[in-house]
Amino acid sequence: MYPFDVKIPTDLAAARKAFEDADDGLFLAGGQTLIPVMKQRLAMPGTVIALERISDLAGIKAGGSEITIGAMTRHAAVAADPDIAKAIPALAKLAGGIGDPQVRNRGTIGGSLANNDPAADYPAAALGLGATIITDKREIAVDQFFKGMFETALDAGEIITAVRFPMPECAAYVKLQHPATRFAMVGVMVAKVGSTVRVAVTGAAPSVFRATEMEAALTLKFEPNALDGITIAADGLNNDIHASREYRAHLIGVLARRAAQEAIS
Amino acid sequence: MPAIKLRVNGREAAAEVDERTLLSTFLREQLDLTGTHVGCDTSQCGACTVDIDGITAKSCAMFAWQADGAAITTIEGLADGDKLHPMQAAFREHHGLQCGFCTPGMVMTAVDFAKRNPDPSDDEIRHALEGNICRCTGYHFIVDAIRTGAKAMRG
Ligand SMILES: Cc1cc2nc3c(=O)[nH]c(=O)nc-3n(C[C@H](O)[C@H](O)[C@H](O)COP(=O)(O)OP(=O)(O)OC[C@H]3O[C@@H](n4cnc5c(N)ncnc54)[C@H](O)[C@@H]3O)c2cc1C
Ligand code: FES
Ligand code: FES
Repeated sequence: MYPFDVKIPTDLAAARKAFEDADDGLFLAGGQTLIPVMKQRLAMPGTVIALERISDLAGIKAGGSEITIGAMTRHAAVAADPDIAKAIPALAKLAGGIGDPQVRNRGTIGGSLANNDPAADYPAAALGLGATIITDKREIAVDQFFKGMFETALDAGEIITAVRFPMPECAAYVKLQHPATRFAMVGVMVAKVGSTVRVAVTGAAPSVFRATEMEAALTLKFEPNALDGITIAADGLNNDIHASREYRAHLIGVLARRAAQEAIS
Repeated sequence: MPAIKLRVNGREAAAEVDERTLLSTFLREQLDLTGTHVGCDTSQCGACTVDIDGITAKSCAMFAWQADGAAITTIEGLADGDKLHPMQAAFREHHGLQCGFCTPGMVMTAVDFAKRNPDPSDDEIRHALEGNICRCTGYHFIVDAIRTGAKAMRG
C-alpha cells in the first residue's frame, strides 16, 4: 500500500468536508472490498475517510410499506433483523448468503451498492425490489443507479446514506455461488411489488440488469412455467474460467424459474 | 500517525500505528501476539480471525486504527491460565488440526459461532466455517471438535 492520510468524521458534514479537502479521497465502509484492493494497489487514495463512526448511517427502520436500511448496516445485521425477516425474507436470505460470517460482520450494504461488483448480491436485491438509493444530496431511483461494471450514478464525493426498499407482495433470490468466494456466478431476484413484476440478474453480465422479457411473462402469469420458452442471449454475458457465457445464459433461465417458484411458495 | 487505545485480551494497549498497519500486523508485530496467523493476507483464509467487541472479523482486512476503543480477543485470550477454553480442549480431543496453521482462526470462529448457536447441526457448523480454510484436515475432525466444544460451552 502507498501512504495515505486518515480522517474519521462523526457526521456527514465533516465527511463531505474531508472529501473536499483531500487530494484523492476515498470513503471506507466495511473495507471488505477496499482494503484488499488497496493492498493490490488498484486503489491508491491520498486520504481514507472512514464512515463507520457516523451514527446517522447505521440502523434499520421499518415503517408503512417500506424498510429503510442505513448505508453502514452490516450484512449480518440485515440477515438477522426481525423486521426484514418478516417483510422481505428474500432480502434477509440474500444478506445471509454473502461471503462468509466474517465478511458479513464487516461488509455493508452501502459499500456493496457503491462498489457495484458485477457478481455482488445486493445490486440484484436493489434492482429487483425497485429500491431507492438515498445519498447526502438526493434520492436516486435504482433504475438510474447502476451504470456499468463497478460504475454507479454517484458523483465524486457523494455518500450513500441509506437504501429504501418497498415491501413486496412476494420475492425470492436464488444464486449459484462461486464455491470459494460465494459471489454469484449468476443470481436472480424475482419480485412482485404491487402489480409490478421485476426480475434482476447479477453475476451474468458486466453489471446487474433486468430481464424484461421474463418480467412481461411473469406479469401475465406469476408462475415458473410462464418462463418456459424464454431464452437469454449469451452475447455480451461474462465469459471466464468459472463459467462460459452460454452456461450463464442457461443459468439465468434455471435460476429465474427457481426464484419464481420460491416466491410463490 | 494515529494514536490508538484498545483492550486486547483484557489488557490495555496504547500505541501509535502507521495508517497502513493492518490489525493483524499490529497484533503480531507490535503486541507480539503471534497466535493470530496470516495465511493469505487477501481476506480468504480466516487464519487471522479475531473477536472485536463480540464480533469476529478477519484482522488482515481491517486497519489497526479502526480498532481504536475496541475490546479484542485473540486466540491467546481464550485459555484461563493453564486451563484450555472448552473449544480449544475439544479441538485437542478430536484432533481437529494437523499442521495447526488454520487453528487459531478456526477456534475463534467456532467460539463465536457456538455462542450464537449453542446446539448446532453439522450442516450449520460447516456453513459457519465458510470463511476459514484448512488445507490439511478435510474438515471432518474440525466439525466433530466444534460439535463437542459447543456442547461443553453450553455446560
Ligand atoms: C472473501 C469475500 C467474499 C465475498 N463474497 C461476497 C458475496 O458472496 N457476495 C457479495 O455481494 N459480496 C461479497 N463480498 C464483498 C463484500 O460484500 C463487501 O463487503 C462489499 O462488496 C463492499 O462493502 P464494504 O462495506 O466492505 O465496502 P468498502 O470495501 O469499504 O468500500 C467499497 C467501495 O464503496 C465505496 N463506498 C463504501 N460505502 C460508501 C457509501 N456509503 N457511499 C459512497 N461510497 C461508498 C468505497 O469508497 C469503496 O470504493 C465478499 C468479500 C470478500 C472479502
Ligand atoms: S490472512 Fe486474513 S483471511 Fe487469510
Ligand atoms: S491444520 Fe493445517 S491448515 Fe488446517
